[in-house]
Amino acid sequence: MSETTTSQTASAEALPKAQNPAKQFIKKFTQRKSAVAGLAFIIFILIIAVIGPSITPYNPNAYDYNALLAGPSPQHIWGTDEFGRDVFSRILAGAQLSLGTALTASVIGTAAGVVLGLIAGFFGGIVDSFIMRVCDVMFAFPGILLAIAIVAIIGPGITNVMIGVAVFTVPSFARIIRGAVLEVKSELYVEVAQSIGCSRLRTMFVHVFPGTLQALIVNFSMNVGGAILSASSLSFLGFGASVTQAEWGAILSQGRNYLATAPHLVFFPGLVIFLTVLAFNLFGDGLRDTLDPKLN
Amino acid sequence: MPETAENRASAAERPLVSVKHLSKRFPVSKNFFGRPTKFVYAVNDVSFDIMPGETFSIVGESGCGKSTTSRLINRLIAPDEGEIWFDGTDISKLSAKEVQPLRAKMQMVFQDPYGSLNPRMKVQDLIAEPLLVHTKMSAGERLKRALDLLEVVGLSRAYGERYPHEFSGGQRQRIGIARALSVNPKLIIADEPVSALDVSIQAQVLNLLRDLQEEYNLTYLFISHDLAVVEMISDVVAVMYLGHIVEIAPNEELYGNPRHPYTQALLSAVPVPDPDLKKEHVLLEGDLPSPSNIPSGCPFHTRCPLATEKCSHEQPPVTMVGERHMVQCHYPDKSIA
Amino acid sequence: MSDTLLEVKGLATEFKHGKKNWISAVSDVSFEVRPGEIVGLVGESGCGKSVTSLSVMRLHRKDTTRISGDIIFEGKHLLELSDRDMQAIRGNEISMIFQEPMSALDPIMRIGDQLAEALTLHTDLSKKEVHERSVEVLRQVGIPEPEMTLRNYPHELSGGMCQRVMIAMAMSCEPRLLIADEPTTALDVTIQAQILALMEKIRRENNTGILLITHDLGVVAETCSRVIVMYAGHVVEEAPVDELFKHPQHPYTQGLIASVPRLGERLRRLPSIPGSVPDLAAMPDGCRFAPRCRYAQERCRCNDPVLHEVSPDHTSACLLSEQEREEVAHA
Repeated sequence: MSETTTSQTASAEALPKAQNPAKQFIKKFTQRKSAVAGLAFIIFILIIAVIGPSITPYNPNAYDYNALLAGPSPQHIWGTDEFGRDVFSRILAGAQLSLGTALTASVIGTAAGVVLGLIAGFFGGIVDSFIMRVCDVMFAFPGILLAIAIVAIIGPGITNVMIGVAVFTVPSFARIIRGAVLEVKSELYVEVAQSIGCSRLRTMFVHVFPGTLQALIVNFSMNVGGAILSASSLSFLGFGASVTQAEWGAILSQGRNYLATAPHLVFFPGLVIFLTVLAFNLFGDGLRDTLDPKLN
Repeated sequence: MPETAENRASAAERPLVSVKHLSKRFPVSKNFFGRPTKFVYAVNDVSFDIMPGETFSIVGESGCGKSTTSRLINRLIAPDEGEIWFDGTDISKLSAKEVQPLRAKMQMVFQDPYGSLNPRMKVQDLIAEPLLVHTKMSAGERLKRALDLLEVVGLSRAYGERYPHEFSGGQRQRIGIARALSVNPKLIIADEPVSALDVSIQAQVLNLLRDLQEEYNLTYLFISHDLAVVEMISDVVAVMYLGHIVEIAPNEELYGNPRHPYTQALLSAVPVPDPDLKKEHVLLEGDLPSPSNIPSGCPFHTRCPLATEKCSHEQPPVTMVGERHMVQCHYPDKSIA
Repeated sequence: MSDTLLEVKGLATEFKHGKKNWISAVSDVSFEVRPGEIVGLVGESGCGKSVTSLSVMRLHRKDTTRISGDIIFEGKHLLELSDRDMQAIRGNEISMIFQEPMSALDPIMRIGDQLAEALTLHTDLSKKEVHERSVEVLRQVGIPEPEMTLRNYPHELSGGMCQRVMIAMAMSCEPRLLIADEPTTALDVTIQAQILALMEKIRRENNTGILLITHDLGVVAETCSRVIVMYAGHVVEEAPVDELFKHPQHPYTQGLIASVPRLGERLRRLPSIPGSVPDLAAMPDGCRFAPRCRYAQERCRCNDPVLHEVSPDHTSACLLSEQEREEVAHA
């Protein structure tokens, strides 16, 4: 062979213009109207959570004995409760506590679940069996019952609600991440990493973990919706926020005694909880559909 | 032929790879206590030498154990029995950790150009990864080498910033080859590197492999099911059937004077792209037996047109019928045609 | 009735791309299949050969695909038939076999039940007759113990056996036309040789017309009598098999034939076609092969080529004549 020109042939062809993955993602995501609506509502609620307490028309904790259990009116657009506190102001102010509880619980629970799932999935064997059996045991309880049991043991209060909700988030994330790790582990490029000479740690963090992020993000956003519901339920059952604290579940719980005479007390907090949870779920669904190459 | 294996091999007599009585089985079912009860016998008592600078091919049908053999040599999996000598050391019993540095001298190219590149990494990072793992090069040096390699395999340096999904199958295979070259390995194990590619692209990649071998004096272990491709690229060819190597011979010998009836049947079955040569195929009866239940005696006797009573009892001996020409058959002088 | 079994005229198939755009997968595809002949449809991945066969069978998704042109099977315009009438033809008069025999069979149904399904759908045989016919077709395709195989599930059979069962199913109603989409690509060479011999036997004995879709020129040379070469959604050349391999006219066909390694040839380097197949969404103007063609001229990039006769029975879609290409090669 006289001319060993290796760079022959090949790229007479030009590649199509480089695509920016972020731009592509945004383009695809924005095509899903319901997901965009969900995201918009989430952003709106998050803004309320931050600035809510300072924009309330009334002091959310101020009693007004002249307007007890008043229905919606121009003065109190969502009515007042049995102490004459403005429901709209209480919901605005309560966004911080409700969302804060749910988000914190989700973050803690997810983090713990991810660590356990990674360990179980990557190392397999006895470690895997042990972690997964413990998760199975926890799965045997309905989630909310588990949270109630935990809060009942460690006592009521907003912090303990967070712990309770976080604990029952752990097994589901451990299971999801373990599944994702097993799936990514079977990808050829993970075997390739081994054949190149990558260490186990490098393989796990550089090649396997990023592959599970998608499952993580999607499930996290869906989980926040569930956590809001659980935290509210615990408060509703009287395990969480005290009656004096403005928290959505607590407001709802209070209102149930006046269901016949003042339905607005249940309707408005219920509606807000419903919309927020729906928004997180729609957003999560949209994320999944956008990120999953199989659905494109 | 000035540049054949014999020529190059004489310069360095010691084989680069020497495999001795290698065996590997995988459990397929387990009893209640987790004890394996049934095995797939993937590789059975396989021995061969690969000389430096040559292309050694293993050819065979699906499930014959050729891929398992390549993974054993790369030590992606551990053998049950036998020795693997690589560059003067026996690597068959090394632990996973001890094997790692070895990979600087031995890299792989895989069949599936889509699955073998991590979709979340840029091309330049993919190519530079072996350098990151095996050398102390700085990030800048690694990047420069990666971009140089892109050019070596016939792609533009500008593509370093791109992600794998933007490339076609043939281009991805070039990227995989560039990655394998990055650490200047002595041995490249190519497991069906062109079988997922279209014919016209397959030719490009085969030519590239050939050019690189001449330029960098590489040794290839080439795994393929395609006899015509193997004939084009190899110096020495081994034919595998049900985990056994039934014949090894230099290229011209194997294709010109095949001695094992299975080799003859394989060659006869290949359709030739020339309507004038509509040949009479020697059709083998029946299917491949399951590798979990390999026939006794000669593994090929159930389908062999020459099989006798003896073949079903006695394992055929290893017979040398020429220079580096080994055949495992009771009747190496008979032909099936 | 003419001696044409299947006639495809000006077939164009488009896929939905995004919200409103349609991209063309194949366009202006015309060919015919006569009874008792094997016609090869050759090309690389993405050339539209499988789309063409699915269009003929009308096995496409209605919401994302649209088909125009004429597909005439024994005088019937298939594209104008109702779904019900098409159903009656599919599996009965036209059958299809696929590349992946394992995944084309229902994993949770016994082979016998799957075979019987097609038979009871299209014939009014009694249960006993269905069984007898099933045994008979399995025997025809060379399955050693048909009675036993009928009771097996697909996963209990090897790939080659599954492909035989697929062919048996396709043949059970004695179709006039068999469409085989890469029937041997997933199989080993020794099994491939068995399956190809079987298809040849079916053609000879039943006078079935076979449209064989493949990328393997060796398979084409051995089994087909006529060959259609497709590139990027267009037919670029059609000729009898001997003619095509001896005097390929289109530069793509020439390149394709040259780039296949052959036993006994032992070339150090293979001639190859530079570049790769263009993307469906970004087809070049003019001749679609021009960017990879060594003979390409200015006019190749702006004029659309049409199939024209270069010698009797042999058509090619190259804009340049043989002489012009020679001049380019020498220049």
